Amino acid sequence: MSTTPTSPVSPTLPDAAGRFGTFGGRYVPETLVKALDQLADEYAKAKSDTAFQEELSLLFRDFVGRPSPLYHARRLSEQCGGAQIYFKREDVNHTGAHKINNTIGQCLLTMRMGKGRVIAETGAGQHGVATATACAHFGLPCVVYMGEEDIRRQKPNVFSMKLLGAEVRPVTSGSRTLRDAINEAMRDWMSSVDDTHYILGSVVGPHPFPQIVRDFQSVIGRETIDQCRERLKRLPDVVVACVGGGSNAAGMFYPFVEHTDVELVGVEAGGRSDKPGDHASPLTYGQPGVLHGSFSYVMQDEDGQTCDVHSMSAGLDYPGVGPEHSYWKDSGRVQYTSCGDTTAMEAFDATAASEGIMPALESSHAVAKAMEIAKGRKPDEVVVVCLSGRGDKDAMEIARLKGVDFG
Amino acid sequence: MSAIDDLFKKLRSENKKALMPFVTAGDPDVEFTAAVLEEIVGRGAHLCEVGIPYSDPIADGPVIQASYTRALEKKVKLASILQMLGGVTPKLTAPVVTMVSYAIVFRHGLEQYCDDAKAAGAQGLIVPDLPVEESPLLAKICGERDLSLIQLVTPTTPRDRALKICETSSGFVYYVSVTGITGERTELPPDIVENVSWLRSETPLPICIGFGINQPEHVKLLAPVADGLIVGSAIVRRVATAAERPRDEVLKEVGDYVAELLAAFE
Repeated sequence: MSTTPTSPVSPTLPDAAGRFGTFGGRYVPETLVKALDQLADEYAKAKSDTAFQEELSLLFRDFVGRPSPLYHARRLSEQCGGAQIYFKREDVNHTGAHKINNTIGQCLLTMRMGKGRVIAETGAGQHGVATATACAHFGLPCVVYMGEEDIRRQKPNVFSMKLLGAEVRPVTSGSRTLRDAINEAMRDWMSSVDDTHYILGSVVGPHPFPQIVRDFQSVIGRETIDQCRERLKRLPDVVVACVGGGSNAAGMFYPFVEHTDVELVGVEAGGRSDKPGDHASPLTYGQPGVLHGSFSYVMQDEDGQTCDVHSMSAGLDYPGVGPEHSYWKDSGRVQYTSCGDTTAMEAFDATAASEGIMPALESSHAVAKAMEIAKGRKPDEVVVVCLSGRGDKDAMEIARLKGVDFG
Repeated sequence: MSAIDDLFKKLRSENKKALMPFVTAGDPDVEFTAAVLEEIVGRGAHLCEVGIPYSDPIADGPVIQASYTRALEKKVKLASILQMLGGVTPKLTAPVVTMVSYAIVFRHGLEQYCDDAKAAGAQGLIVPDLPVEESPLLAKICGERDLSLIQLVTPTTPRDRALKICETSSGFVYYVSVTGITGERTELPPDIVENVSWLRSETPLPICIGFGINQPEHVKLLAPVADGLIVGSAIVRRVATAAERPRDEVLKEVGDYVAELLAAFE
């Protein structure tokens, strides 16, 4: 790979105030402002520091296992009877998802800032495991906040985090999911900000998190571009990724944004139905507002209270979305749509049966939309899906959803 | 000049300090919130902060969080809170400010929120998740309506930044005593007196200290260096017992507590 891990495609956004157009910004208590300024300063220095970029590149290669493969899903493509479907295999990364790209990068920043403790939130548990893993690698103590409902849904990941030496703190407030885990992590940070770095796991939150997480994840899109050029001698026609907070999608889309002939499709969780509370699709059904320190599309009631949302997939079960996605939506660069629980589960089954790959339930939403798009296209067209994670973590939850009882 | 400016002008001329209790609106219901406001002002509170419940309050500790959750579970709406305030503020001899998340202000519309809060008798706003960089538009809208927009300074705020915040704050500056979330504490940071004294030497704005304060000892320590003290969780915790106790008993207890704190000012 000739590119450095965080080389910008469009250096103009966000602006100095953390704005992507009107979206983004920094709506946080004053207590956190100094730490966010420090993080933004340190990141700016790291970005132009070749030693930092080299260290990150080596860790991506030797610890994460990058570059991740671009895989031609031949049988799935044949079944759809249209375009060729390719998977960008973030599921084969160390820890089984794209989340490790960001946690390695942010752990390096933690140490550059001289901070000795890490906190994180997690929904599906993938970011928690990736943070615990990176912290174990660097010898940093780590506390992960996780909603009780997600602890129930993602037991294997909870155990992994503990094996990796992290402390998992259950969150019992609100809907006991990702949103509440972020609230608790922020509250911890309010008291511990002097010596603790908060490794936020998605492209959400106050500036500079949406930018930093996007940049660390954009290795996904850059590798995809290089792999397509090398093997297909051209760029794909369509690129599809699932969107919860939106980190795998941002990392995949960002390097493609300037290639305007490539269609970009983000897939939100359609849940059970399009009724409020039944889905987690703020870009599709929500409106602009403030949540977790950022101005972006959000599911809110008429008073500005955050709504409860639903997805069978813990990683997409979030009422907000990263501000750059809101910017891409309003600018028309990315098309956002949603996919329901049932359709995503069908895509999971199809991928497992025809490719020997169990995608994460999150990624299954993107696969479902890619299959639908492929059906209407010519066989010489190419649809790339970001297979953001593997489905092993979901096995017990899938069994429960399918009514399988292990006794 | 808002009523808050008048209040501190008067207090400074009398060499007195303000006690500012915080009450969560709608816990357990807006009728009781109105009764609490009347009680604490009747006992001598100088200014009241009314907390508008929010679903995701990251600066708040367990007591205020839980009060917000209870109020929202009972489906309290901004409209009913403002209606309650409109009914009670004419009876109060102390100004009221709303403590409100920017998520709520934005959703309601900045101008609309300020118009409605003003019409309900509120004299100012504290928006704890709106740092100074994001506040110019709301500050302008508040200024046009003689509403104070009270900004916060914290122990992590660098001194040059604290001065910038004081320049844009109106009514008073809210000095956050601790690096952390709201909630009662036994011990307050040792350097707080020095930090507040420094800030007070640099700005003509009144400075009121909040977070962690709940004991007469805190009042004795901090009143000499501040213009006012804010007491939140200790009030909210007492008010919360109204869910299972006779309301007049709870009112008296809250009133007695306010009187106890006021006595420590002497």
